[in-house]
Amino acid sequence: MTYNINNKGYYGEFGGAYIPEMLYPNVEELRQNYLKVMAEPEFQEEFHALLKDYVGRPSPLYFAKRLSAKYNTKIYLKREDLNHTGAHKINNTIGQILMAKRLGKNRIIAETGAGQHGVATATVCALMGLECIVYMGEIDIARQAPNVARMKMLGATVVPALSGSRTLKDATNEAIRDWINNPVDTHYIIGSVVGPHPYPDMVARFQAIVSEEIQWQLQEKEGTSKPDYVVACVGGGSNAAGAFYHFLDDTDVKLIAVEAAGKGVHSGESAATSILGKEGIIHGSKTLLMQTPDGQITEPYSISAGLDYPGVGPMHAHLYKSGRAEFVAITDDDAMTAGLELCKMEGIIPAIESSHALAVFEHKKFKPEDIVVVSLSGRGDKDLETYIQHFGL
Amino acid sequence: MNRINKKLQEDNKLLSIYFTAGYPKLNDTAKIIENLEKNGVDMIEIGLPFSDPLADGPTIQASSTKALKNGMTTEVLFDQLKDVRKTVSIPLIIMGYFNPMLQYGVEAFCKKCAEVGIDGLIIPDLPVDVYNEHYKSIFEKHGIINVFLITPQTSEERIRFIDSISKGFIYMVSSASVTGSSSGFGDVQTDYFKRIHQMELNNPQVIGFGISDHKSFSQATQYAKGAIIGSAFVKHLTTEGTDTIDRFINKIVKP
Ligand SMILES: Cc1ncc(COP(=O)(O)O)c(C=O)c1O
Repeated sequence: MTYNINNKGYYGEFGGAYIPEMLYPNVEELRQNYLKVMAEPEFQEEFHALLKDYVGRPSPLYFAKRLSAKYNTKIYLKREDLNHTGAHKINNTIGQILMAKRLGKNRIIAETGAGQHGVATATVCALMGLECIVYMGEIDIARQAPNVARMKMLGATVVPALSGSRTLKDATNEAIRDWINNPVDTHYIIGSVVGPHPYPDMVARFQAIVSEEIQWQLQEKEGTSKPDYVVACVGGGSNAAGAFYHFLDDTDVKLIAVEAAGKGVHSGESAATSILGKEGIIHGSKTLLMQTPDGQITEPYSISAGLDYPGVGPMHAHLYKSGRAEFVAITDDDAMTAGLELCKMEGIIPAIESSHALAVFEHKKFKPEDIVVVSLSGRGDKDLETYIQHFGL
Repeated sequence: MNRINKKLQEDNKLLSIYFTAGYPKLNDTAKIIENLEKNGVDMIEIGLPFSDPLADGPTIQASSTKALKNGMTTEVLFDQLKDVRKTVSIPLIIMGYFNPMLQYGVEAFCKKCAEVGIDGLIIPDLPVDVYNEHYKSIFEKHGIINVFLITPQTSEERIRFIDSISKGFIYMVSSASVTGSSSGFGDVQTDYFKRIHQMELNNPQVIGFGISDHKSFSQATQYAKGAIIGSAFVKHLTTEGTDTIDRFINKIVKP
């Protein structure tokens, strides 16, 4: 029994590649090559050298002393917020840009919601001198101006997605359409463990560096490589996939996936995909997604722009359905409160996405001897405006 | 015999028209179908609108968004089609994305199609292998033909495979592109049309995407059994409404 992907590209019943024939050559080329390329020693060497010298890995595993005292359990924070560009997203874009180069692609496209993945993609394109086009919903462009400016400074072209609801899902549609229109020279750097196989698996493998480090860092600090719990927020699911990866099949380690409940799971303004979603197809993957009874994809809501995706990666759909991971839904208010608490108690301003994971401690009681590792997926600089407005600072 | 197969045996070059159901107005569906047949169209693709049509350009996206806003659903479409076979005899195909069909239930969807007289389905995001493994027997049980796409990038081996499991025609996507680009056909396209023509496939081919006028229609049907017009017709509906469909069709078929 494994909770990882099978050789047909599925996690249990979820995954696969539900793509139009126009995309088949691109996706098939990637499918046939990604494991081979990733297994090359030179690839691994280059990947790890960049993670070390450019991203700043390993990211610290920090024992949060005051937070631990308050909640009477052992809380470790995996500090992905300290990475270059401020989140875990860059682990994936470094991996994929190297993959794109190996496949001879010289034009890079990406989708972005809040702009974090767009910035991480623009960054690696600047690093490699490759053309970069980022699709972003028209509405998101308006509300995430600083990240739009960052992408432009890094040399990327930001193209507004004008279709549908003009947010992340539509930006993803536009990126996919671009790939259909440019089937030969272009690589699509998808930003999470979503999309058609092999994307969810490839992105999870690039993010797996997070749990690989947790294992040896915890060994050094606690004399065991196994935490009792790993907690991570889930938008598409990439930081969670990375933090869970090496523990997937070790059921001694309990996994907690935190979704955004928005204004309440049943308020009609929520992004709690696993609870509200039904099995279906989104962006080429069979997974859980929020939709009407008629199968039209609906627009999610969360105060955190990185969590309002109407689907969830197929790995997480399987973790939910099989019960391997516990899924918790945290409201806007509870997340914001937990974020501010981390500022005051540990001197760390977290991304609002990550604040959702931190809110687990008000939601669930842990034992004093439990080791709980929380994926602190990003830093809060991008969210200052939202924090200021929320708390009237 | 399925109406699609019968139609393909006819001598002439085939004109097939796509439109989005529920557009421009919710209840235009039956009227548009009848009008198209009256004006000599050989086959119709009825678009079941989807919120996230990945393979479509701006024109069909916009018509889908509008149709959904108008209140189009799978149930409503079947209801609009329930008497269509009293007046219409040409082949009717539903073109739509897989998720709405999955939610309706693939078996229920096929059964309903057979009941109202739909002859085939085109589902761009249902991959050939998944169809083969999970849904083929359901389609066949209800006599519904599933039409597969090929593109200029599809390998010869894969084209042969798709040909081997196709039962009606092969939908040849004219160029590497989503629907609605109409820059005309150059050497790249005609070389591709010739290449496929020379493969002497078992199934006839019908070319779609990027056909918008008499010239591109003629170019396509020089090498293929027929051609499909989508975005250009939807654009016509947008600007001219449903009253002048005859004018649009005449301009396509007559030089
Ligand atoms: C800091 C941070 N955490 C989490 C996410 C959510 O994405 P994922 O679920 O793929 O980790 C984002 C997305 O933008 C993010 O910026």
